[in-house]
Amino acid sequence: MRCAVLVFPGSNCDYDLYKAANSVEGMEAEYVWYAGDSLDGFDAILLPGGFSYGDALRAGALAARAPILKALRQAADSGVRVLGICNGFQILTECGLLPGALHRNSGLRFICDTVSLEVSNTATPFTSGYAERAAIPVRIPIAHGEGNFTCDAETLRKLEDNGQIVFRYAGDNPNGSVANIAGISNLKGNVLGMMPHPERAMTDWMGTSDGRILFESLRGC
Amino acid sequence: MFKGIVTVSLKQDVLDPQGQAVQHSLQTLGFPEAQNVRIGKSIEVWLAESDAVKAESRLKEMCDALLVNAVIEDYSFEIVEA
Repeated sequence: MRCAVLVFPGSNCDYDLYKAANSVEGMEAEYVWYAGDSLDGFDAILLPGGFSYGDALRAGALAARAPILKALRQAADSGVRVLGICNGFQILTECGLLPGALHRNSGLRFICDTVSLEVSNTATPFTSGYAERAAIPVRIPIAHGEGNFTCDAETLRKLEDNGQIVFRYAGDNPNGSVANIAGISNLKGNVLGMMPHPERAMTDWMGTSDGRILFESLRGC
Repeated sequence: MFKGIVTVSLKQDVLDPQGQAVQHSLQTLGFPEAQNVRIGKSIEVWLAESDAVKAESRLKEMCDALLVNAVIEDYSFEIVEA
């Protein structure tokens, strides 16, 4: 499986994501610069965390209008898997591939921690591997100042009814997001955005290897 | 030449933790009448355009295209000669 790791000015988890994907057997990652115009031939597109454009205007706002986004939209529309992590999630909501918005954590602080997550939908190409252990919370790190997912009541109802809420915070909600949302998908299920960093949870020495299951699920689909 | 001044605010039903922190601070400083604080931003755009109506419609396009996230923000703007 060929994966593109998009790199924007200010991305800072691109190397972690590249390493994580390449460490999964059968997965091959390469960087694609934001100014490019083609994502042809990729089976999955990964948007890394960081502070694209220094969070100017709003987190993810400028990256969501970068040249490569045209190709990203086309790929998403044609069913290619798209995973946005942290700033990648912010970019996906800013460009409209995912609903809602991510704004300032309710406690105002930037939070760096490892949190417990409930996998609310294991029927997605990103989470099928969690099905066997759905009752056990997944441990994955977070690191963000603007991860407070918000949307209007109608959008929330649709997300819930359609099984688009993929991850929820299982313990304390670190950022005040509605319905404890940590990650959502689009209606088709091929685009996932999440605040936690699975690429930082790939081996036991990282503290948890629960993120590896996500990459293996993605490869398996 | 015109200058557009866009005032962006969080929608009323969106929690503003920054505003809450500032309101709390104002109360501590002896301003108990500060019951609610909402923080927004002001964006100034200088437009190389001689027609005010055109400048206004282009500025609105900019707001919708980038300057404002309609999911969580409201905005208003004015155009002045610059």
